[in-house]
Amino acid sequence: MLDISAWFNDLLAGNLIFTPTTLGYYWEGLVTTSQLVFLSLVAGLILAVPLAIMRSSKHKWISLPVYFYTYVFRGTPLLIQLYIIYYGVVFIDGIQQTFLWPILREAFYPALIAFTLNTAAYTTEIFRGAIKATAQGEIEAARAYGMSPRLMMRRIILPSAFRRALPAYGNEVIFMLHASAIASVVTLMDLTGAARFVYARFYAPFEAFLFVAAIYLCLTFAILYFFRYLEKKLLAHLRPQTS
Amino acid sequence: MKKLLSVSLLGLAVAAASSAQARDYDNVRIGVDVPYEPMEYRTADGELTGFDIDLGNALCERIGVTCEWIEQEWDGIIPGLMSRNYDAIMSSMTINDERREQVLFSDPYITMPSAWFAPSSLDISEANEETLDGMTIGVQRGTLQDNYVTDNYSSVASVSRYSTADDMVLDMQAERLDIVFLDYPIGQTTLLDSEHGEYVLIGETITEPKEYFGDGFGIAFRQRDEALAERFNEALAELQEDGTYDEIYTRYFGEDQE
Repeated sequence: MLDISAWFNDLLAGNLIFTPTTLGYYWEGLVTTSQLVFLSLVAGLILAVPLAIMRSSKHKWISLPVYFYTYVFRGTPLLIQLYIIYYGVVFIDGIQQTFLWPILREAFYPALIAFTLNTAAYTTEIFRGAIKATAQGEIEAARAYGMSPRLMMRRIILPSAFRRALPAYGNEVIFMLHASAIASVVTLMDLTGAARFVYARFYAPFEAFLFVAAIYLCLTFAILYFFRYLEKKLLAHLRPQTS
Repeated sequence: MKKLLSVSLLGLAVAAASSAQARDYDNVRIGVDVPYEPMEYRTADGELTGFDIDLGNALCERIGVTCEWIEQEWDGIIPGLMSRNYDAIMSSMTINDERREQVLFSDPYITMPSAWFAPSSLDISEANEETLDGMTIGVQRGTLQDNYVTDNYSSVASVSRYSTADDMVLDMQAERLDIVFLDYPIGQTTLLDSEHGEYVLIGETITEPKEYFGDGFGIAFRQRDEALAERFNEALAELQEDGTYDEIYTRYFGEDQE
C-alpha cells in the first residue's frame, strides 16, 4: 500500500493541478454523479413501466394525463426543470416549516427529483413505442389462448417490449449521464462541478475539462458494454442462426 | 498562382492583425461579472451601473478611448481575457500572486475586506473551526473567498459554490446556507440592508493573510499589454487627484467610510 501511494506521489510530482486534493474532488464528483444517475435511472424506470402501460391505454382519460406529463418534461430543458425544482420551491410560503424541507434543502434531492421525472418521461415514451410495436399476431395468439388482458400484458407484451426497447433505452442511459453535468449549477460537486472548481482555481480549462471528459468517456464505455452484453443475452433469438 | 495569392493574403492579414495588436487601443472591451452590487449591477431599467462601471467609464474618458462592457461569469473571467473576448477585466478582482502569474494588474483602485454574514438567528460571535463545525458555507466559485474557505474550513464544514453572488444570496434567504463569506460591501448591500430577513456581520472584516486577500482590487490586462495598463494607471492617478474618484466613491459607499 505504501509503495502504491509513493508511486502515486511520484506520478503527481511537479504538476500543480492534479494534486491528491484535486483528484479527491474528482473522486467525490465521480461518486456523486454515479449516485445521482443510477438512482434517477432506477426510480425513472420504476415509474416508467406503469406510465407506459397507461399511456398505451385505449381510454383517453388514462392516456391523456400521462401524455401531458411526458410532453411537459420532454418539451422543456432539463436545466429549467432543475432551476424550478431547486430555486423555485423556496418561494412557496412556509416551505421551510414543512416535512419536505429537510429533503429539498440539500441540493442532491432536488436534482434527483428533476432527473428522475425527466428520465421517466423519456423512458415512458420509449416503452410506449415498444408496446405499440408488439406484433398483432402475438396478441391474437394470446387472445386465442384465452389470456386475460392483464396476463397478456405480463407474459406476452411487456417481455417482448422490453427487449425491443433495450437499444433505445441504452441511449437514454447515456444521455442521462451526460445531462447530469448540469447538476453543478445547484452547487452539487458532481464530476463537472469538480472540473469547474479546478478550472476556476487554476485557470486551466484544458486540463480540468479534458480530464473530466476522459472520465465521462470511461463511464459511457462501461454503459455501452453493459447494454451490448444485455442485448446479446436477451435478443439472442433475433440473431441469424449459424449452423 | 491562386494558392500563392491566398498565402500572401493570409500573410498580409497576419501582419495587419499583429500591427493592430501593437497599436494603441481606441476601443477597450472590459469584462465584468454582473451582478455584484454595488460594484457592478443593473438598475431596474436594465442599465449597467456600479462603482467599477462608473470608474471604468471615467478612466476610459480620461484616456480617450471608448469602453465596451462585456458580461462574463466569474469562473471563466480570466480565461475569457486570455482568449481575447475582451481586453481588460474590471470586476472587483483582488490582486494576488496566484492571479499575477496569469494577468497584469493595474495599481489597486480600491481595497475591500471580506466578511462573514449569517442570519441573526445564528448564535456565534466569531467564525473559526469550532463555530463553523458542521455548517454549510456559501461562497462564489473561483473567488479568493472560495480559496480561503476551501483551504481552511472544508475539513469541518461543507462548502457550497455558486456561479453568481445572487444565487448564493437567494439560497441564504431560502435557509439552505448557514453562513456566507463575501466581499464586505457586497454583503452589506445584499444582506445587511436587505428587506428579506435579518442578517448580521459575524466577527470583524477580514483582510489577512495577504496570500489570500491580496492588495485590493485591480484592473487586469493581458501580460503583454503593458502600455495599456500604464495608461490606465496614469488616468487613475489623475482621477484621484482631481476629485473625480472621490465623487464616484461617495456615490456608492457614502462619505463615512475610509
